[in-house]
Formats: sequence, structure tokens, C-alpha cells
Amino acid sequence: MTNGSGHPMGRWLRIIALLLVATGVGLWVTRPQPVDATLFDGVIADAGRGATVFAAAGCASCHTAPQSEPSEQPVLAGGRSFASPFGTFFAPNISSDPDFGIGSWTDRQIASAIMRGVGRNGEHLFPAFPYTTYVRAEPQDMADLIAYLRSLPAAQTPNRPHDVGFPFNVRLSLGGWKMLFFNQRYVTPASDDPLVMRGRYLVEALGHCGECHTARNLLGGTDRSAWLRGAPNPAGQGTIPDITPNRLTWSASDIVAYLETGFTPEFDSAGGEMAEVIKNTSRLPAEDRQAIAAYLKALPVSEN
Amino acid sequence: MSVFSKAIIASTTAIVLGFSGAVIAESHVDPMIAGAIKARQAHMQLYAHNLGVLGAMAQDKMAYDAAAATAAANNLAALITLDQMSYWPAGSAAGEVDGTRALPAIWTDFPGVMEKAGALGAAVTAMQAAAGTDLDSLKGAMGALGGACGGCHQAYRQSN
Repeated sequence: MTNGSGHPMGRWLRIIALLLVATGVGLWVTRPQPVDATLFDGVIADAGRGATVFAAAGCASCHTAPQSEPSEQPVLAGGRSFASPFGTFFAPNISSDPDFGIGSWTDRQIASAIMRGVGRNGEHLFPAFPYTTYVRAEPQDMADLIAYLRSLPAAQTPNRPHDVGFPFNVRLSLGGWKMLFFNQRYVTPASDDPLVMRGRYLVEALGHCGECHTARNLLGGTDRSAWLRGAPNPAGQGTIPDITPNRLTWSASDIVAYLETGFTPEFDSAGGEMAEVIKNTSRLPAEDRQAIAAYLKALPVSEN
Repeated sequence: MSVFSKAIIASTTAIVLGFSGAVIAESHVDPMIAGAIKARQAHMQLYAHNLGVLGAMAQDKMAYDAAAATAAANNLAALITLDQMSYWPAGSAAGEVDGTRALPAIWTDFPGVMEKAGALGAAVTAMQAAAGTDLDSLKGAMGALGGACGGCHQAYRQSN
């Protein structure tokens, strides 16, 4: 029966053509999308304010060299490693060096990396970089942050390639990942309390607490239905605690003191990754620590 | 390596580690090591108690009392002068014995430990000067103290 269905070879060609079109559409839909060219229109950057954004976003914890001590002029040479079920990621050099860092990137290129996970050459970046959080950041804060980054020292440290195996090393596939797990919506609803709203911004747009304190699915997307309810430690041993009122029974002032000094109400002190976090939160204005505490205390208690 | 084979390796490793953990728990723990672990944890508890006095004032949970604050700071200063060599016998790290989160790095990175101890010393000395001055000074000295505690815990204590 050759009538109607055409030559068998023709049918294969049609199938191949269809697959190519489908792949093309898929790649188009999931293509890396930088920030709008107008993002910073009318925004005047203030590097001084950027230092606070830098602390709130916790940039130094990943992008300073391993073992470096906190500094007023952090050197963002990169090199720290981050183990995950998908492989080991190495934080890149984001210092002001034009060759090894981001000194020669435009503001829009830097903002696209931070807020969209799009690299300088238009490639998808791995979500080990929490652009999934920073996508919610205010353009003013990002402009201030970029101005601050440009004011920091240059480091001539080459980037170390990520150690990620197939298929996770195929960056094109990250387009599909982004379609599933990357969006600008806040996780928790808006509140009438401006302190809680500020806390929401600090936690969900800058501080990326959810990157560790929220469990992930098999593909590494955070489970928004279990927001901040704790997770296994991606680096291996132990668990990262639930910090919703389900488990965290500390008062708001206990949380504030912890974020400032690292001391728990029992006067144990933060260790592990959280000691790094305290180095950032201790640099915030006191009201911001109060805002984070108010936000955490306002999180819903789950049924189970 | 596929996610599946990684999961198999991870669960096999977990089973093997769990098994060896059980063996350690059932084996006889050297009383000298058990005592040393108790001693160092008690030492930490003494830090915590005195920090609690300072912290309660810093958080306005207790009225500022210059004499009580100074006493707590002086206790911390006394504690850091104790010779701790007998607290940390070989074979008392996490993984070698139960009931401790002390990482093996303590025994392999002595210069690092001494450097962290030096940072604690500086923070305690600053608190001794601040505690009796006024409440704002006390509050200002808490952060460095917390940072010094955290510096050691980050490097040398196993995460929960």
C-alpha cells in the first residue's frame, strides 16, 4: 500500500523534520533570556548601599576564596566547592578583574547572570548560583550591588570548571529546568505588616535561605510546598533544620540575636555553613534582622 | 554516573556507615576517652553559662549589672587559660567514638586550632574591657565573641 501514505522514505523524512522542528521550538522556548535592556533606566547606582545588598545576598560566602576571613574589601576570587547530587560546582571569580573576573562585563550582563542565570556568552548558568532567588530582587538593589562589586579588588584567579557529569553538564537542558522551577513569584503571600514584607524580600529575594532550608525534588528544584521546612544536607552528613514555627520555637528576639552574634538561646554557637551566613547577617542593619525574624515567625504552621 | 547508581552507592555507604557506627556504639569505650569528652563538653557548658549572663543583658532580658557582667567576662577569661591538652586524647574524634562532634581536623591542624583559640582570646579580652563599661559596649562586644565561637565550630565541629 503505497498510495496515500507516500514513499516510506518520505514518511521518515517527515518524522525527522517534525522532530527537528519540535527540538527547535523547545530550544527557542527555553532559550536563555537576559534581563530587559531597560532594567536600569532611571536608576542611579550607589555603591555604598550596595555593600548592604552584598551582605544581604550573601555573595561573599560563596565567591571569596576558600578559608578567607571577612573583610571590608572582600576579594571575590572564587574557588569554593559545592557538592551536590549532580556533581561539584566551583564558585567563579566575580572580582573586578577585566580578564579573570567580571570587570569587563556590562551592567546588563551582570544583572542577567544574577537575576536570570544567563552567562556573558548567553549560556544558561547552573542553579547552584541562586538566581532562582535573586530574580525577585529590586533593580535599584541590583544596580547598587553591581556598583559595589566594581569597587572591590581585582583577583587574577582563573575559574575552575564545574565537575558535573552527563546529562547535567548539558547546559541547554537547563532551559527546561528553568521552565519547571524558575519563576519570579514569591513563595509566601503578601502581608499587611511592612516588617514581614521586608523580611520576605530579604529571605526570598536576597538571602536565599530556601536554597538550603527547603527540600529539593529529584531534579533539584526546591519544593515550594515545604518552604523552609528543612532538608538533607546537600554536602552529605546531617540535616538542615526546619526554620518555620513548626520546629523553630525561638522568640523573634532569639532569632535576631542569633543572626547578629551566632549564639543560640542556649549559647551554643552556629557552626557549619550557618557560621558563614552569620558573617553576612551580622553586617545588616538591626531592622533587617528584625524583619527576617518577623517573616520567619509569620510562616504558616503545617498540618503534620 | 547515573542518579540511580549514585543512589545505590549512597544507600550502600549509608548502610555500611550505619553498621560500623553500631559496632562502635557496642564496643567498650575507653574510660579515659569517655571522661575527656565529658570534660570538654562541660568546659563548653561553662562558656555557654557565662555567655548566657552577658547575652541576657545584651538582649535586654536581664537588667544590665556591671559587676555581674564583669564577673561573667572574667570567668570566660579564666576558662580560656585552662590547659586543655588532656581534653583531646587521640582516638576521641567523631567517627572514632560516639558522643562527640569533634572533627579529626582538630588533631591534624594544630596551628589552625591555635589561631582560632587566639581569636577567642582577643574577643574575651575585648569583652572584659566592655562588660563593666556600659550596656552598649557589652552589646558591641557580643558579635566578635560569637564570631570566635563560630569560627572554631565551623572548622572543627561536625554539623548536626
